[in-house]
Amino acid sequence: MSHKLNLSCCTSALVELRSFLQLSLKTYGFSEVDRHQLILAVEEVCANLIIHSHACNPKELIHLEVKELKKKLSIEITDKGDAFNLLEYEVPDLKKVIEEKRKGGIGIFLVKKIMDEIEFESKNGKNTCRLIKNFPSAVEP
Amino acid sequence: MLQLERIKEGNKDILRLIGEVDASNSVLLDQSMQEILQQGATFLLIDGNQLGYISSAGLGVFMSYLDDFSEQGIRFAIFGLNDQVTEVFKILGLDRLIQIVPDKSTAITLGNEP
Repeated sequence: MSHKLNLSCCTSALVELRSFLQLSLKTYGFSEVDRHQLILAVEEVCANLIIHSHACNPKELIHLEVKELKKKLSIEITDKGDAFNLLEYEVPDLKKVIEEKRKGGIGIFLVKKIMDEIEFESKNGKNTCRLIKNFPSAVEP
Repeated sequence: MLQLERIKEGNKDILRLIGEVDASNSVLLDQSMQEILQQGATFLLIDGNQLGYISSAGLGVFMSYLDDFSEQGIRFAIFGLNDQVTEVFKILGLDRLIQIVPDKSTAITLGNEP
């Protein structure tokens, strides 16, 4: 079973993203704290795309698919904007962010802390970011 | 949806956050903080009892004032956060940089310390 959402590229759509994730993540056995963090990680990636790759153009869309992949939770985020490769993004030093009074730049830090694996590919103008989280009950055989 | 309420209690300014802070409304939080500080606040408390969610956009607002707080000797604390939101502050290690306390009365006693 998979859950899909087409999200309009405006920050006011983030509330819709959260309700979608709240519902679609319910069935996988994650704790409330884990679900909250998963929602946060996905929102950080989407907010980044909306603001930086799509310049908040509500006519453009980001596609999301939540599904089980190789016994893990996969949240696939695809778009056709300027590619933003999370894996190449260098996490800033927190002290520097505070000193410089920057209000952004820590979202991807959160994503990297929360997710177990992150995959990114850009092919034929289509970018796919896959956020992967191990299921809470997953025990190595 | 985010609603902000300002409450003045003696030497304390309390900013109550009701709802969710994300990239669509973090600017409102920033404006309120700025206003309160411009009016000479010396002890600012964030009431997070009704805060359901905060993303990096909101955390970034708090972080951008931390230097000002220490330079200007402004006391700052956040109280009443639920477990999920508290965990988000902890992921970034902000619980070591910001006084995060369970309730208002604990937050107020911080003001009595030298």
